[in-house]
Amino acid sequence: MTAKEKKELMIAACKVRMGVIESTHGAKAGHPGGSLSAADLFAYLYFRELNVDPSQPDMSQRDRFVLSKGHTAPGLYAALALRGFFPWEELPTLRHIGSHLQGHPNMNTTPGVDMSTGSLGQGVSAAAGMALAAKCQGNPCRVYALLGDGELQEGQVWEAMMFAHHYQLDNLCIIVDNNGLQIDGPVDQVMSPYPIVDKLRAFGLETVQVDGHDLEALEGAFVQAKQTKGTPFAMVMKTTKGKGVSFMEDQAGWHGKAPNDEEYHRAMDELSAKLAELEGM
Amino acid sequence: MAEGKKVATRESYGNALKELGDLHSEVVVFDADLAGATKTSIFQKAHQDRHFNCGIAEGNMVAVAAGAAAMGLVPFVSSFAMFAAGRAFEQVRNSVGYPHLNVKIGATHGGISVGEDGASHQCCEDFALMRSIPGMVVMSPADDVEARAMVQAAYHHKGPVYMRFGRAAVPVIHQEEGYTFQIGKGEVLMEGTDVAIIANGLLVAEALEAARGLAQAGISAQVINMATIKPLDEELVLKAAAQCGRVIACEEHNIIGGLGEAVCALLSEKCPVPMRRVGVDDVFGHSGPAAALLEQFGLCAAHIIEVVTDFVRG
Repeated sequence: MTAKEKKELMIAACKVRMGVIESTHGAKAGHPGGSLSAADLFAYLYFRELNVDPSQPDMSQRDRFVLSKGHTAPGLYAALALRGFFPWEELPTLRHIGSHLQGHPNMNTTPGVDMSTGSLGQGVSAAAGMALAAKCQGNPCRVYALLGDGELQEGQVWEAMMFAHHYQLDNLCIIVDNNGLQIDGPVDQVMSPYPIVDKLRAFGLETVQVDGHDLEALEGAFVQAKQTKGTPFAMVMKTTKGKGVSFMEDQAGWHGKAPNDEEYHRAMDELSAKLAELEGM
Repeated sequence: MAEGKKVATRESYGNALKELGDLHSEVVVFDADLAGATKTSIFQKAHQDRHFNCGIAEGNMVAVAAGAAAMGLVPFVSSFAMFAAGRAFEQVRNSVGYPHLNVKIGATHGGISVGEDGASHQCCEDFALMRSIPGMVVMSPADDVEARAMVQAAYHHKGPVYMRFGRAAVPVIHQEEGYTFQIGKGEVLMEGTDVAIIANGLLVAEALEAARGLAQAGISAQVINMATIKPLDEELVLKAAAQCGRVIACEEHNIIGGLGEAVCALLSEKCPVPMRRVGVDDVFGHSGPAAALLEQFGLCAAHIIEVVTDFVRG
C-alpha cells in the first residue's frame, strides 16, 4: 500500500464515520458504536478489497459481503453510498418510513446489500452457504462476513464455523469486530467469548489477530486470507467501539443511541477537522 | 382403510428430489443427519456432489440454504418437521422468509403418526408456525402421486415453500395418469351436499372412507383435498360452504393454527356457516404405533363419521 493509497483509505474511513453520524442523527436512532469500530474495515472492503461495481450491483461474479452484525448497518450504508451504490444524501433517511435504508440491512431494498441480516448469529451461515454455492457454480468470487464479538455468544455462529471448515470453504473470510463491548457492558462480563482466536483455531480456521484501525495490518491479513487454502480464514480485529468520535469511544452506552443535535455537531466538527487534516497531508 | 398400494410421502419426496436433480443442476439438498429417514438419501445416491450433510445443526442448515439461494441455487433443506419448522423457525423467518429467498423446506415425520418416538418428535405445530411467515407457501400432500407433483411444483415456484411429508405409509388415492398439481388449488374428490369435509395429509384418505360410510347412513358429504394450506383456495372453500352449509376441517395438526383455523377465519368473514374441526385437540402426543395413535386422537374415518353425524343430525 503506497502512502497515497493509505491516505485515500483513511479519508474514505473518515467519510464513512461522518456518514454514520449523519444517518444515526437523521434516524434519531441506530447503532453508531459498532459502526464506527468497523469503519476502517468498511472503507478497506469497499475501496480496496471487494470486487464490486456500483453500476452493476447484481453482477454474478461480484464478491459478497454479509454484515452478520446487521445493527451496524449505518457503517455499511455509508460505505455503499460513498462507493456510489446510492446517493449520499439518502443516509439521513435511515429508519424513516419509506426509506430503503431499513434499521437492519435488507437485500431487497438497498443496492449493494448481499444478504438481509439483523438477527445475530445467522450471517456466517448465510455466508458459508454463499461460499459453498460459489464452489458448486465455479464462481471465482469470494465471500466476506463481519460479525461482532458479542455475537459469538450465539451458538449458531459455531455451527457455521464447523460447517465452513468441514466443507473447506477457503473462499470465505470471517471477520470479528472485537471492540469488547455489547449492549449490557463489556463482553467478558456479560458472557465471555474469549479466547476468540484459540476457539476459531480449534474449529479449524486459519486465524490471525489484527489491529482493526491499522489499514496496513488489514491489508496483510486480507493478503493472507487469499493465500489460505483448504479452510476458511478468520481475522479477529481488535478495535475501539465508537472509534473516531472522542466522546463515543469505548462507551457501551453508544452501542445503540443516536447523537442529539449538540452531539451531532460536536462529532461532525471532530470528523471534519480530521478530514481536513488528512486532505491537507 | 382403503385397499391397495400404500407409500409414505417422505419416500415420494426422496424420489421426486432425485428426479429434479437429474433435470436441474442448480438443485442442491441439505440434510441434518437424517438423510436415511427423510429419504434425501435417494437424491444423495444419484447426486453425491450436490447433497450436503450439515450435521445436527438445523438453524445453521436453513441459513446456509438461504445463502445458497441468494447465489441462484435452488436448495431443498430437510429434517423432521419438529426441527425444520420448530428448531429453525427463526432462521426460516429471518434468513429465508424476510428476504423471500428461494428455499424449499422438505419436512418429514410431521404429525403424531411419527409414532413410537413420542411427543418430542411429533410436530403438530408446523402449519401454524409456517403459515405465520409472510410469503411462505405451506403444503401437505395426501399421497404419493400428489407429493411427487408437489415437489416439482415447489421447484417451479419462485420463493420459499414449506412441505410436510409423513413417516407412515398412506394409501395412494390419485391416479398417476393425467394428474396435475397446482399450488393453491384444492380438489373436490367426492361431491356432496350435506357437509363439506376439507382435509389434507393422511386425513384425506380417512375423509374419503368416512364419506363412504356417511353415504350409507344417508348423509351426503363432499370431500375436498386441500393440500395447500397457504395460500388457501378461498374460492373453493367458499363454494363448498355455500353448497353444503356446514364445513368440517380435518388435519394431523393442532386444531390451533392449521388448516381448520385458516378455513374458520375465511368463512367467519366471508360466508359464516357452522364449522367443526378434527385435529389434535391442543395436547401433546405420546409413544405408540402410528395407527393406534391416529385412532386414539380421533384422526380417523370412524371419528370423522361420529363428528359429522352429530354435526348434521345433532
